[in-house]
Amino acid sequence: MAECACNCGEDELTKQLDKIIDPYRGQPGGLIQVLTKSQELIGYLPKWVQVRIAEGLGVSLQEVYGVVTFYAFFSLIPRGRHKLSVCAGTACYVKGMKTLIKSLRDVIGVKPGQTTPDSRFTLEIVRCIGACGLAPAMIVDGKDVHGRIEPEQIPEILEQYA
Amino acid sequence: MINLTIDNQKVAIEEGSTILDAAQIVGAKIPTLCYLKEINVIGACRICMVEVQGARTFVPACVAPVAEGMVVRTNTPSVIKARKLVLELILSDHPMECLTCVRNQNCELQTLAEEFGISEIRFDGAKTEYPIDDSSPALIRDPRKCVLCRRCISVCTNVQTVQALAAENRGFDTLIAPAFNDKLADMECVQCGQCSLVCPTGAIVEKDDVDKVWAALADPKKHVLVQTAPATRVQLGEAVGAEPGSIFTGQMVAGLRRLGFDKVFDTDFTADLTILEEGNELLQRVTQGGTLPMITSCSPGWIKFCEHFYPDLLDHLSTCKSPQQMFGALAKTYYAKKEGVDPADIYSVSIMPCTAKKYECQRPEMFSSGYQDVDVVLTSRELGRMFKQAGLDCSNLPEEEYDAPLGISTGAGEIFGASGGVMEAALRTVYEVVTGQTLESVDFEVCRGLTGVKEATVQVGDLPVKVAITNGLGNARKVLDKIRAGEADYHFIEVMTCPGGCIGGGGSPIPTNTNIRLKRIDATYTEDERMVLRKSHENPAVTALYEEFLEKPLGHKSHKLLHTHYTPRGVNK
Ligand code: SF4
Ligand code: SF4
Ligand code: SF4
Ligand code: FES
Ligand code: FES
Repeated sequence: MAECACNCGEDELTKQLDKIIDPYRGQPGGLIQVLTKSQELIGYLPKWVQVRIAEGLGVSLQEVYGVVTFYAFFSLIPRGRHKLSVCAGTACYVKGMKTLIKSLRDVIGVKPGQTTPDSRFTLEIVRCIGACGLAPAMIVDGKDVHGRIEPEQIPEILEQYA
Repeated sequence: MINLTIDNQKVAIEEGSTILDAAQIVGAKIPTLCYLKEINVIGACRICMVEVQGARTFVPACVAPVAEGMVVRTNTPSVIKARKLVLELILSDHPMECLTCVRNQNCELQTLAEEFGISEIRFDGAKTEYPIDDSSPALIRDPRKCVLCRRCISVCTNVQTVQALAAENRGFDTLIAPAFNDKLADMECVQCGQCSLVCPTGAIVEKDDVDKVWAALADPKKHVLVQTAPATRVQLGEAVGAEPGSIFTGQMVAGLRRLGFDKVFDTDFTADLTILEEGNELLQRVTQGGTLPMITSCSPGWIKFCEHFYPDLLDHLSTCKSPQQMFGALAKTYYAKKEGVDPADIYSVSIMPCTAKKYECQRPEMFSSGYQDVDVVLTSRELGRMFKQAGLDCSNLPEEEYDAPLGISTGAGEIFGASGGVMEAALRTVYEVVTGQTLESVDFEVCRGLTGVKEATVQVGDLPVKVAITNGLGNARKVLDKIRAGEADYHFIEVMTCPGGCIGGGGSPIPTNTNIRLKRIDATYTEDERMVLRKSHENPAVTALYEEFLEKPLGHKSHKLLHTHYTPRGVNK
């Protein structure tokens, strides 16, 4: 799952990726399977991986990217251990979602769409999570909802996620 | 046949037709937005909803098939209300910039809003904020104005087989763009502009260079000259409001003079020249065992396509530059010298039915005069706008003649504008040069028309010359794959990027569809028949050019100024 730890870098990964692609060479129909297995291997689907898959299966990069961005399951960025999803639905937007994002950025040091260098947090923005009464809201790891968040509460909330 | 009733009128139509097809027969107008005949039939926008008796919900007429005994109502108050709602939802996420939009008064969304009498938007929706991509010299993508109809994807994927665009993300975040939101300039988009031709709104448009031309015309130090592509004279009419198929050659020349151009020249002249260079190149390849089949190289979208997708076949391309670029190179050398003008003072403008020409004139290979050979390219649409800005009304302009010498041409140069025209022009010349005999009829009907791949064998002396003609890049692919597989025994292939050839180019007036293409093609051959000279090798100005300057086809000067080389590019680089 994790990034390859040795120094062989992309070469070894490329070989393993090709093993996933090989059975589907020239077969556009295998796209979803290949993407799923590739994400299992690498943890996410960076551009070089998508290019290799596109060329292997004989489809355009546009098609691969279209599928990758359609399914929330696929990720374009390396994922941290914990996913912080800040709601940008109308209610949260009005109740200060922008301030919330800014405070989170100040604490963890990355923008939405990025992962902290220590792989602890990935920050992202999502549509209404159905907790409008608790706006502004954030959901962590897809299950813990935190509502009516004030900037000073942020370090305390994050402490729960090592 | 299937029998049904639409708005109380009986109609019979073939099985498999849609409600929309049937409605057209009885003259019931159903609004559409995502639907584009033959190109995009996906039932996405739902503006075409109609009421079908017995159905639980409204059905989209553009995709719903007819059924025996069906009773359809196209205009009930509740249908109209539902359509209005769809429209309001689209508009709630649309920048209201009509006054400053290139598509003002030629926009399907704007027309619908007007027809439905939309006067306020009840939803103050969140607006998607995606940056404008103006990286390409030819096109601008403004996703804020995109209605997600996917016509551009269909044309780029199915007709051109480039697949430069895809739908990305879901729901509200959906974006129509290249992967990773890459810039159009940095990927395999061939700049053909077919997407801009089918887009119902201003979300993909040509890059407007009209102001650059006005600035040059206002500069007294500049010697501003213009060349007009073969197809432009059968397109300008539409751009200023006339019927498709109108021919405005003389009026266009007169109008360009009134705009202040110092010389009005014709790309048809260098189209004739192309035939002499390319025809001789073909004969040389046939007699000396060069790479065959040889493929035409006048269409810059096609060149880029070959560089990206078939880099292994680049040796098959003729080394001839396109007529536009031959003209550019000669204007700042031969013409400058003859006329005693400093080439540094020449500003060379080109009017084209094409967006890819804007890209072509900036290629690094296109500076062989020592300057940028062609300074700026305007599409037919932009020329139409210039005429409007200057208050020029084509129906009130006299017919004037092009200037000599670079405005002298033949019917062979003119037919370059239609698919098969380059081939026909080449055959007229190659036949006479090789056999020394005069053609009985100059009309090679086999070359003409909209068929995707046309093939013919023409007896030239002892040699049966096998040719193929393709229009639209998807059709080119079919022939190229044959070459790759070693199954193509053609001598010469004409490839045009756009369906129908240049008369259907990405810079053509909007709308451009099959019917309109056919009308422009008819007009093109009418122009050809009207010409006194109809064979390129009979063009006296071309003969003089060789005598005074170039010496001979494929000679030293030709190689320097009129021929070029190509760059393998690959995909996903
Ligand atoms: S795309 Fe159409 S509706 Fe939108 S701003 Fe332009 S003209 Fe107006
Ligand atoms: S210009 Fe042509 S190749 Fe590029 S996106 Fe448009 S249709 Fe596709
Ligand atoms: S860019 Fe134009 S053609 Fe493409 S999906 Fe958007 S509105 Fe439709
Ligand atoms: S708007 Fe944030 S939870 Fe609904
Ligand atoms: S026009 Fe029929 S669904 Fe869009």
